[in-house]
Amino acid sequence: MQAFLKGPGGAPPTKKPVAAQPSASGTSKKDVRQSKKHIPWVEKYRPKTVEDVAYQEEVVAVLQKTLAGSDLPNLLFYGPPGTGKTSTILAAARSLFGPEQFASRVLELNASDERGINVVREKVKKFSQLTASGTRPDGKPCPPYKIVILDEADSMTAPAQAALRRTMEKETKTTRFCLICNYVSRIIEPITSRCAKFRFKPLAETVMADRLNHICKEEGVQIGDTAMQTLMKVSEGDMRKAVMFLQSASRLCGQDDPITDSIIMDITGVVPEDMVDEIIKACHSDSYQTLDETRVNREGYAASQLLGQLHDRVIMMDDLSDKQKSIVAEKMAVVDKCLMDGADEYLQLMALLSTLMQQICHGE
Amino acid sequence: MSLWVDKYRPTSLAKLDYHKEQASHLRKLVQGGDFPHLLVHGPSGAGKKTRVMCVLRELYGSGVEKLRIEHNNFTTPSNKKLEVVSISSNYHIEVNPSDVGIYDRVVIQEMIKNVAQVNQLDSSSQKDFKVVVLTEVDRLSRDAQHALRRTMEKYMATCRLILVCNSTSKVIPAIRSRCLGVRVAAPSQDEITQVLHSICKKEGLNLPGELAKRIAEKSHGNLRRAILMCEACRVQQYPFSADQEVSEPDWEVFLRDTATMIVQEQSPRRLLEVRGRLYELLSHCIPADVIIKGLLQELLSNCDGELKTEVVQSAAHFEHRLQNGQKAIYHLEAFVARFMAIYKRFLEEGIADLF
Repeated sequence: MQAFLKGPGGAPPTKKPVAAQPSASGTSKKDVRQSKKHIPWVEKYRPKTVEDVAYQEEVVAVLQKTLAGSDLPNLLFYGPPGTGKTSTILAAARSLFGPEQFASRVLELNASDERGINVVREKVKKFSQLTASGTRPDGKPCPPYKIVILDEADSMTAPAQAALRRTMEKETKTTRFCLICNYVSRIIEPITSRCAKFRFKPLAETVMADRLNHICKEEGVQIGDTAMQTLMKVSEGDMRKAVMFLQSASRLCGQDDPITDSIIMDITGVVPEDMVDEIIKACHSDSYQTLDETRVNREGYAASQLLGQLHDRVIMMDDLSDKQKSIVAEKMAVVDKCLMDGADEYLQLMALLSTLMQQICHGE
Repeated sequence: MSLWVDKYRPTSLAKLDYHKEQASHLRKLVQGGDFPHLLVHGPSGAGKKTRVMCVLRELYGSGVEKLRIEHNNFTTPSNKKLEVVSISSNYHIEVNPSDVGIYDRVVIQEMIKNVAQVNQLDSSSQKDFKVVVLTEVDRLSRDAQHALRRTMEKYMATCRLILVCNSTSKVIPAIRSRCLGVRVAAPSQDEITQVLHSICKKEGLNLPGELAKRIAEKSHGNLRRAILMCEACRVQQYPFSADQEVSEPDWEVFLRDTATMIVQEQSPRRLLEVRGRLYELLSHCIPADVIIKGLLQELLSNCDGELKTEVVQSAAHFEHRLQNGQKAIYHLEAFVARFMAIYKRFLEEGIADLF
């Protein structure tokens, strides 16, 4: 047997499948183990079929009807990251065309591909002009169109989007478009009006908990209830984030130790509550010196993260009047914008905190 | 003869001086032979790069230290030729895409695709992925960051990314959610003094505790700076004395003098003089945001509580403009003028109250 495996050329071809069986299973086991290490859980547990997509009932209903035989409109999926937009369309395309035809029938373009106006004019146009047959090679019926998936469409330039307009209309016979983006406002009006829009909502906690528990069971990860709660809280309805965090945490802990609260807090970069407490306390002191000594910036937390957490606190603060809160909130908005523009974190945070201090100590 | 900073840079995770718990976590992470994409963030001089190199070494062995410098050429869609310098070993490649300004997207797309599409030939003896280290990710353009998103997922099998940045605020959420964040906080003063002591011990020097403490204070949590200052002290005077002057960079002294000038007199003439000094600083390649922060620090120590708030607000305001604008000097000068106005008004009100 071993000798046979070493010399593949020597075996008669008829016997090959039989003999190859054990060797295949042997290597595949190894492969599985290896690939298990390398496939991120995000990919591994991506929904395989449309039914698997959690929590997005409307779009699932539409796509299921399509799978049952009715026509597919041009689609526009939008929603926050990690809600299953890409997964949904990929799963749908896979079940529409089957794995063999998937490659020839689906053109997936995302922001990492070059897709200026030239690509839209040439690649997309050419692809969409090809006719597709209504049957699969094995004779089963399949829809007579192809799908162009434009992932992260909000990073396409407006001219490139404009170049799509006519193509979308003209080629409806042979091609459906699916645009995926985070912000629908960045897609130009003529495109949105040509598509059926679906909003993907952030996942509810119960749905997420189900999925995460399922993954934990599959992977043999131990996680406590409080840690699970924290994980859910920090991932804010973003399933990908949650799964990524879970995998990272399990990697950090190793196989045997259960995942704890602190590890999750650590990898997510959430500012610990007692640190926020300290900052708020410093704001009450009415001394710029104390404020400066809180070491906010030295710890390496992101200012935008801190900003979000401070916002939650300020809204709940009892010793501020509504008017004061609104002043602080407005400043927060300004600071956020400045941070996005690339302004210095230290200065912006100090400006915000000093406003907060002023409102707490001297506001009316 | 290399600088102490390089000579005593820890080379393995076990030898790191602080954040030991994190180091042990990283070790566990790497021991499996695999790790997710990493996003290493923290203030400068906290040891981000050191940790990255330690992780790589843990992963691939000493082969990662054989570095070579490569010049990579790229062509943008508009046919502009770009050249990017990368540092690479057999196992990893390190590049700073923000070197090429707005064309960073091209570099990222090409570079990562090149690296990722090549499989390691013999995956049994080597890891079957390479590592791409991207530095200063927070200075990447939006376009480039978007380009990273899908690339990261697509080439997961053959390529891991380690992103290094100062702050995650400027990294888009989509990338943050694809990476394991590793926060490297600045070392505390005690930790810095400890490191200084251990280095001096290895050099066979006697470092007074008092001096180490003063250096640590002046370094503002930047370990690299602390070690450099310590070495400068050694050159200046040895044996060390406890009350030895810790030499600061010239430009800091210059900046402090400038601040004093501003506080002393508020007049258009003084403004003109200050402008000259600011030009001087800028022409010596001191970044404008460092200047504004340095000025603020000094000016604030001369202000009363309520005034401080106002000054900080205006500093933040002008620093933001500075980031958006083209010429730094306008905004620096505007800040100085605003400060003068605030300060003078405050003084005059004070005098009016007296009478």
